[in-house]
Amino acid sequence: MITLLLLLGNPNVGKSTIFNSLTGLHQHTGNWPGKTISNAAGTAKFKGKDFLFVDIPGTYSIMSNSQEEEIARDYICFGNPDCTVVVVDSTCLERNLNLVYQILEITNKVVLCVNLLDEAKKKGIEIDLDKLSFKLGIPVVGTIARKKKTLNNLMNSIYDVCSSAISDDYLHIDYPDTINSAINIIEDSVKVCFNNHYFKNYRWIALKLLEGNDKIISSIENNLNITFSRK
Amino acid sequence: MTLDKLEINKCATIKSLHCTGDLRRRLLDLGLVNGTNIKAILKSPIGNPIAYEVRGTVIALRKEDSKLIKILN
Repeated sequence: MITLLLLLGNPNVGKSTIFNSLTGLHQHTGNWPGKTISNAAGTAKFKGKDFLFVDIPGTYSIMSNSQEEEIARDYICFGNPDCTVVVVDSTCLERNLNLVYQILEITNKVVLCVNLLDEAKKKGIEIDLDKLSFKLGIPVVGTIARKKKTLNNLMNSIYDVCSSAISDDYLHIDYPDTINSAINIIEDSVKVCFNNHYFKNYRWIALKLLEGNDKIISSIENNLNITFSRK
Repeated sequence: MTLDKLEINKCATIKSLHCTGDLRRRLLDLGLVNGTNIKAILKSPIGNPIAYEVRGTVIALRKEDSKLIKILN
């Protein structure tokens, strides 16, 4: 059985470089955002397990605007990967964490890859990876995409996440009380609607319904084969 | 004051976003939230768009969008 891994992150953080190193492919890389416009897939073997990597176009958010971001979003939300690897730029970590939180609301099988550590070091930035991992509750690995050794640590973490048991526990972001109680009400109805459905993250669906973005709601309907009535 | 009035090389703090829907979401995703420091760094030849430094990255905003962002300086 092949294990599906998604590689995603903001534009221009080194996703394709990591993808190439891990799969041995030569997907075109370049130092400009928006370079990967459709998904590339490649395989790698690690500890006797087969992994299929999908390199996703860079995205700032899953509440997408452009077509590339829509491709990315549908993959993240409905691709049902065994593990999602979020690559972030260590020189501007703060602005990358927005996407990390959005991903953590959907899936709990995430490895955070803090890339470009060499660039950060040059700029005098030091990152406390252990603390970051503790705060986010997910494995965090520091990498320099051109250095194979650092990628080995990444593969180890991915392997561990893929081998761990599936849990129905997802990150709960603490929204203001009014939003939280609205989510709870909708979540209860969603649970009834999604009875026996393979998609178990009811809270996320409730959140998106509450947000009321038509594009994402249609996408949920199409991908999960469900219909919401509209008034 | 609104962001489009910020002079080049001057810094300010974002106070509020006066827009809704996709545009608001986009600006928030790019890291423009209340309390964020922002600096105008480059003007295009015709003065629109203008490039700003936000959270370690440079982004360019059209005047009609930057007008919707209130700042404190």
